[in-house]
Amino acid sequence: MNIIIDKFFANTTKLIAIAILLLVAWIFTVLFQHSMESIEALGFDFITGTKWAPNLEKFGALPAIYGSVVSTFLAMLLAVPLAIGVAIFLSELAPAKLKSPVGVSIELLAAIPSVIYGMWGLFYFVPIVRDIFGGIGISMLTAGIVLSIMILPFMAAVTRDAMNTTPDILKESAYALGGTKWDVIKDIIIPYAKAGIIGSFILALGRAIGETMAVTFVMGNVHNISLDLTAPATSIPVTLANEFTEADSGLYYSSLFELSLLLLVISFTIISIAKFYFLRRKRTA
Amino acid sequence: MTHTKKRIIANNIVMILSTLSALIGIGFLFWILGVLVINGVDALSMTIFTETGAPPGYADSGLKHALIGQLMIVGVATLVGVPLGILAGTYLSEYGQKSKLSETIRDISDIMMSAPSIVIGAFVYAVVVAPMGHFSGWAGSIALTIIMLPIILRTTDDMLQLVPSTLREAAFALGAPKYKVITQVVYRGAKAGILTGILLGVARVAGETAPLLFTSFNDNFLNTDMNAPVASLTVTMYNYATTPYEDWQKLGWAAAFILSMFILSLNIIGRLFIMKKRGK
Repeated sequence: MNIIIDKFFANTTKLIAIAILLLVAWIFTVLFQHSMESIEALGFDFITGTKWAPNLEKFGALPAIYGSVVSTFLAMLLAVPLAIGVAIFLSELAPAKLKSPVGVSIELLAAIPSVIYGMWGLFYFVPIVRDIFGGIGISMLTAGIVLSIMILPFMAAVTRDAMNTTPDILKESAYALGGTKWDVIKDIIIPYAKAGIIGSFILALGRAIGETMAVTFVMGNVHNISLDLTAPATSIPVTLANEFTEADSGLYYSSLFELSLLLLVISFTIISIAKFYFLRRKRTA
Repeated sequence: MTHTKKRIIANNIVMILSTLSALIGIGFLFWILGVLVINGVDALSMTIFTETGAPPGYADSGLKHALIGQLMIVGVATLVGVPLGILAGTYLSEYGQKSKLSETIRDISDIMMSAPSIVIGAFVYAVVVAPMGHFSGWAGSIALTIIMLPIILRTTDDMLQLVPSTLREAAFALGAPKYKVITQVVYRGAKAGILTGILLGVARVAGETAPLLFTSFNDNFLNTDMNAPVASLTVTMYNYATTPYEDWQKLGWAAAFILSMFILSLNIIGRLFIMKKRGK
């Protein structure tokens, strides 16, 4: 009897574990199948086309791709230095009494749902951008800034964790040689934790590019490629969130599925790079 | 200027910059938290919990429909996702161990944890909503289950691996079959860790909005039929906040506050479990 239950238990767990792999394969297959109509009808024009006009059955995804890339780039530009600053502060500078409460509150802020960052952005940040930079405040720039604030807690926490892996004895040796704090940070901690720090930045990049709710509120969903950062724009997830329930033709649906597939492939690639090149199973994020 | 002096000046500049960026970063985050608490507390009232949605301008409007809907969607996702995740994690830690299959499942799960959740919504739309012909609470729960699975799986896997192998060996030596060793010895040893994983997994999916937009959709009234569109706090928040009506925006803030407090408490309880365990 025990042997039967034993086998049953072992096989059930194995089946479920394998089912998870199959599920991921199924997700890719379904998205690909539903994209077929648009892939066949539009080919590469889908990716290079700059005109997205569902009423004319024109679907060019370049504005959305451009928006995803630019808003994520802006977010990284702002968040990376801030995250490094916060991480240095938390791991090297802050007095012991501050380290733990500030560190824990940053980790807790990473758990706040992104829709709340979006709501804050809409009500409190859009007016500020409008007053300072002009325009209507709903813009690529606003999206980039809100996105950077959203990924900051996650980035700062993992960067601090990476810095904290530096063995104390290395740091102490450098201090003993007369190094200042900055000497120790730039010559000991950063070289030691480099892979972990870069890996966590890329991981944050992968999350930012797929983020929907933090930017949907403040981007405007305007399919337009503009160098003016104060103009409304769109990104792949913003387009999906705004238009999925409105699609009324087969080709429209299919191009939204192709956008989803594109987004999934992009983030899978970015996250894999972070994981396999930089974070070889040291931590799970 | 001597070399030492230069280094000291460089040091001071960097320290000031770093403290400044810490202040800016932390300042922004507390700004958001402050806004959330001030607007949320201001919008809270008894009718929030007793009334359902109403047209703008009505005094008696509330979030009862969204609160109950949220509980149903997340509840079903938890009931399905937690056992599946724990069993799959058990396979990785206890049977597969370092095999190629297990390592692949670990890698894919890690990637899935950071994958864009809106894509999961699109997938569920294609395989559940479109064939059924309408949005439904079930579809929302399925989307959240898919998001929750890798989280539960990986924490279970990690926590089970922390259980010392001597415990397993002792149980085996007493003649216990493997499933009994796992369910009665290993699970008990990893109880606190698994519980924390579950809490964090629930907290994570409770805040998801994007995958619900086109699966469970939304409803302005109380609906307990999972086969029809079901309101959730997150989607309600999104819909209300993007309207020009002040009383709806207020309801949106109330929803944001309730949801954040729920998620923060789950996170804090989870941390306390882990800390208690470490303290032993």
